[in-house]
Amino acid sequence: MKKWQCIVCGFEYDEAEGMPDEGIEPGTKWEDIPDDWTCPDCGAPKDDFEMMEVD
Amino acid sequence: MDTADFTLAQARAHDRKRWLWPMGFGIILIVAAVALTGWLTGLTPLMFAGPITVYLLVPLLDLAIGKDSTNPPERVLDILEDDPFYRYSTYIYVLVQMALFIGVCTIVGTQDLTGWQWLGFVSTIGMLSGISINTAHELGHKNTVVESWLAKIALAPVAYGHFYVEHNYGHHRRVATPEDPASARMGESFWAFLPRTVVGSVRSAWHIEARRLARRGRPVWSLHNEVLQAWAMTALLWGTLLLVFGLALLPFLIVQAMLGASLLEAVNYAEHYGLLRARRADGRYERCRPEHSWNNDHIVTNIFLFHLQRHSDHHAHPTRRYQSLRHFDEAPELPTGYAGMIVLAYFPPLWYRVMDPRVLAHYQGDLRRANLQPGARARLLSQYPPPA
Repeated sequence: MKKWQCIVCGFEYDEAEGMPDEGIEPGTKWEDIPDDWTCPDCGAPKDDFEMMEVD
Repeated sequence: MDTADFTLAQARAHDRKRWLWPMGFGIILIVAAVALTGWLTGLTPLMFAGPITVYLLVPLLDLAIGKDSTNPPERVLDILEDDPFYRYSTYIYVLVQMALFIGVCTIVGTQDLTGWQWLGFVSTIGMLSGISINTAHELGHKNTVVESWLAKIALAPVAYGHFYVEHNYGHHRRVATPEDPASARMGESFWAFLPRTVVGSVRSAWHIEARRLARRGRPVWSLHNEVLQAWAMTALLWGTLLLVFGLALLPFLIVQAMLGASLLEAVNYAEHYGLLRARRADGRYERCRPEHSWNNDHIVTNIFLFHLQRHSDHHAHPTRRYQSLRHFDEAPELPTGYAGMIVLAYFPPLWYRVMDPRVLAHYQGDLRRANLQPGARARLLSQYPPPA
C-alpha cells in the first residue's frame, strides 16, 4: 500500500484507507482511481499527485 | 495525447498574445525608466509612474483594448505548456525586478531627494514589488528547483516570503471558504480584509510549515523551513542594502513593502469575493470549481499579471503554466480587469454597489449560499431576502 500526495496543497491519499465518503473503497490502488478524479481539498488533477516515501 | 498534427511553430501561432507576454517585464522596465527620467529631469510627477500605471493607465487601457477570450485547441496547449519561451519571460522578469529594486535603493540611499521625489520612488517601487508577488506566484506553483528559488527571490524585496507556502498549501486548500484568510467575504470591506489576510496568512504559513516539518521529525526552526528560507532572502537583501546605505534606507524599504503587499492583497480581495464552496453531507467542502473564482479576460491586465485573471482554470490546474490557462464561459466574470477592480476596492461603497448585485445574481438571489462576513450577515439577508 502506498501514499500519494497532492503537490499543490499537500492532501494525502492513502491506498490502505481509500476514501469511503467518495466511493473509493479502502485498498484501492492509485492507478485504479478514475483519471478524472481530483484532489478533494484543492481540486488539482491526478497528474498533480506524487508518490510519497513511506517512513 | 496526440500532438503529431501541430508543429511548435503552428502551436505558437495559436497564441494571440505570444509577443505580448514579454511585456510582463517590459512594463516594469518602462515604468522604472519613466520614474528615473522624472528624477533626472526634475519632472517629479513622472516619478509616480508606478501608481499612475497601475491605478489609471492599465484600467483605461483595459477598457480601450478589450478582451481576448479565445482558447487554443487542447493539443496546442500541451505544446505551449512545454515551450521554454514563456518560462524565460518570468525568469527575466525576476532579474529585471531585482536590478530595478537595487538600482533605485542605491539612488535613495546615496542621493539627496526632496520629499516628493522620495514619495515618487517609494510608490513606484512599491507597485513593482507588489506586481512581483504575482510573478512569484506563477513561479511558486512550479515544481522545479530554479522556479521555486526564483519565487522566493522575487518575494524578497516585498518581504512576503510566507506567501510562497501559504498560497499553495493554505489558500488552494481553503479557497472560497470562511476559513481562508485570502478569500474575501461579501460585506467585508477591503480595509477589513487587509489586516485579516495579512495576519491570517503569516499565521497560516507558519502552522503549515510547522506541521509539515513535524511530520518529517524536524524542528520548526530549521533550514528546511521554507517560510524561513523565503524570509532569509529578505533578510539577506534588506540587510545588505542597510549595511551599505545605512539605516536611513529602512523607512523606504518598509513603506515600499507595505505598498506592494497591500496591492497584492487588493487583487486577492477581488479574486473570490463572496464566493463559497458548499459543505457536503460528510462535512467536507465541495471541490473547488470554476464558479468559485472571479475571472476576467481583459488583455492588458492579463498580460500584466500572466493570465492570473483566468483564475478558475488556475485553481483547477494550479501547476499549469500561464500561457495554457483557459477561459471558461461558466465562470463568474468581473466587470473589468483586476487593475480597475483594485481602484474600486479602495472605495467600499462603490465596490459593494458594483459587486454585491453580481454575487446576488451568481447565487440566483440566495445569499445563504454566499460567503458572508459574519457581522454583515443579518443586514445583507434582510436587504436581499432569500427566495422562499
